[in-house]
Amino acid sequence: MKKDYQRPLDLRSGRIDLNHGAGGRAACQLVDELFGRAFDNEFLGQGNDGALLPAPPELLEGGRLVMSCDGHVVSPIFFPGGDLGSLAVHGTVNDVAMLGARPLYLSASFILEEGYPLADLKRLVDSMAAASRAAGVPVVTGDTKVVEQGKGDGVFIATTGVGVVPRGRVIGGAMARPGDAVLVSGSIGDHGVAVLSRRESLEFETAIQSDSAALHGLVGAMLAAVPEGSVHVLRDPTRGGLATTLNEIARQSGIGMHLEEAAIPVKPQVDAACELLGLDPLYVANEGKLVAVVAPGHADAVLAAMRAHPLGAEAARIGSVVADDHRFVQMATRFGGRRVVDWLTGEQLPRIC
Amino acid sequence: MKFVDEFRDGALARGLAARIAAEVQPGRRYAFMEFCGGHTHAISRYGIAELLPPQVRMIHGPGCPVCVLPIGRIDLAIGLALERGAIVCTYGDTMRVPASGNLSLLKAKARGGDIRMVYSAADALKIAAAHPGREVVFLAIGFETTTPPTALAILAAERQGLANFSVLCCHVLTPSAITHILESAEVREYGTVPIDGFVGPAHVSIVIGSAPYEHFADEYAKPVVIAGFEPLDVMQAVLMLVRQVNEGRAEVENQFTRAVTREGNLAAQRMVAQVFGLRSSFEWRGLGEVPYSALAIRPAYARFDAEQRFGLAYRPVPDHKNCECGAILRGVKRPADCKLFGTVCTPETPMGSCMVSSEGACAAHYSYGRFRDIPVRVEPAAEPVQP
Repeated sequence: MKKDYQRPLDLRSGRIDLNHGAGGRAACQLVDELFGRAFDNEFLGQGNDGALLPAPPELLEGGRLVMSCDGHVVSPIFFPGGDLGSLAVHGTVNDVAMLGARPLYLSASFILEEGYPLADLKRLVDSMAAASRAAGVPVVTGDTKVVEQGKGDGVFIATTGVGVVPRGRVIGGAMARPGDAVLVSGSIGDHGVAVLSRRESLEFETAIQSDSAALHGLVGAMLAAVPEGSVHVLRDPTRGGLATTLNEIARQSGIGMHLEEAAIPVKPQVDAACELLGLDPLYVANEGKLVAVVAPGHADAVLAAMRAHPLGAEAARIGSVVADDHRFVQMATRFGGRRVVDWLTGEQLPRIC
Repeated sequence: MKFVDEFRDGALARGLAARIAAEVQPGRRYAFMEFCGGHTHAISRYGIAELLPPQVRMIHGPGCPVCVLPIGRIDLAIGLALERGAIVCTYGDTMRVPASGNLSLLKAKARGGDIRMVYSAADALKIAAAHPGREVVFLAIGFETTTPPTALAILAAERQGLANFSVLCCHVLTPSAITHILESAEVREYGTVPIDGFVGPAHVSIVIGSAPYEHFADEYAKPVVIAGFEPLDVMQAVLMLVRQVNEGRAEVENQFTRAVTREGNLAAQRMVAQVFGLRSSFEWRGLGEVPYSALAIRPAYARFDAEQRFGLAYRPVPDHKNCECGAILRGVKRPADCKLFGTVCTPETPMGSCMVSSEGACAAHYSYGRFRDIPVRVEPAAEPVQP
């Protein structure tokens, strides 16, 4: 009898077809040759329906588990400074890290559209694997589904992250107190503008790169610099941008905020692109920035720790928390006036005049 | 940002604010209407109202193209998308304008209508060229600023022989709207609306020039200062208006000299005149029927006129009975005077047109300025928000 032979995946010109999602040999081959090879680790290698994971030491000492999931549907899939794959790792790692947790494991669920080029998929998966390795957070379990052409947008990736937070650490959106300092880890709006610059209907030339990055290292450095309990809130201002994140915190904590527009870092290129497109950088998405609300006495130490870290070099103190039953986020404009920084209404649409 | 930051300088703003405060006379009233939504937006976004002395009151005018678009016109566009299967293209903000049947273009899109947001009329033309088998309708809205690009698109469609492109023309005219306000009973007879001068349009004036406003200065004895959309432009215009009032002058002055001339853009005016003619009457949301206030596509270009092409019949639809948009657009009331404002009418669920666009008086006040007047209902303890 002849030896088993299966022609390898055509990663140059092949495309996803419905067989890849049918659970047969083709599906198995896709998982083995593409996903298995890229994400290779001992847990994924167990080859079971789920991964058996050791309990982290913090858990045995009374720590708690953190779990967060995030669906990634960005269009275009590849953009300056990143792609859907790296974003699917960074987004979820960051959501876990914003609770002050150490991210441990990721799961990844791929929804693939029939006809999607395997070469692009490989590029995406390789980038995702590189991001996961760089973050030190392995993808330990996964799933692949194929939908008919026209029923997806190329690739959707849903990831879930699990992490552990040490005993006694409480960081969350409801913890902001009047007097606290509001910090941001760097310039805002980079990701959103980088993605917009590659949208089919807009395409414009810009040197702006997405800031997509895993922030748990930065969070670790910040928390190590001050006594436990000094950092009250951490949140990554993704969709809806800085303005939306601050309003979320204001609502959850039942407080208001006073911001200084002049202190909020915005790159001139981002400012210019927003001006042209009729957008406000305060509402544009970030994928590698965080907002920290910190007890006033420790704000300088946290800020110094942020600035000493490569992902926080441009960190700035942008305002403070105030008591306000209306939960308004107010801002002193650079111009000298004052305004509310409100929730984003629907999607940001450009004005006409 | 070069050529922009210069016009947003805080130190210069404080200097201008001090000058205005020094020149206003105690006990005298300075009520100025900024006609354009662009000015309304700048005033709110940069917090200009805070920099002005109490004697100066800014009244938000009807110059927001989205705000004055009547429900019936949006209904026509939605009908074209949902019932005729046309691709309807339009500018950003228009997508959210509430129409009949609890619809908007955005909601009609969710119901399967092929409705696309474009950044220019030329983009709509590209879509038509890319889909020769489909009808593509450009819902053209706006004042004189956006009219020339629409004319250009129609002329280009003719040149390219595009057989599937048409325009649902809702272009309106600034001078007729100003006349309408000045002729209204509140201003002329009762004096309930104090208007001591106008901040004249920026971009509109680049096209039509400053000459058309001379009539208002003469006939109605109201000073007009044409101003750019940057916050320092607005501040300077206010100072110029204060001086005119103090000196008893009513002239057209041009603050926006870096872009506006007396004649305007003659090439654009010619093109507009070639493609468009006057409508004898047009419905404005909030103002009602305004005579000779809008443009229609000339018969020579009838095949590009969606109203002709699809045999559309206009059906006016009244606003909600408690909606005060009309009074707010005429300067009779302020947003916070409306019962619906901030309760059932918010930017998320706009009832009236002024709440739709961020240029609208109500939306601008809600989004940027409501900390000044309304006690906002404190929501019950919030659920944790998923990032």
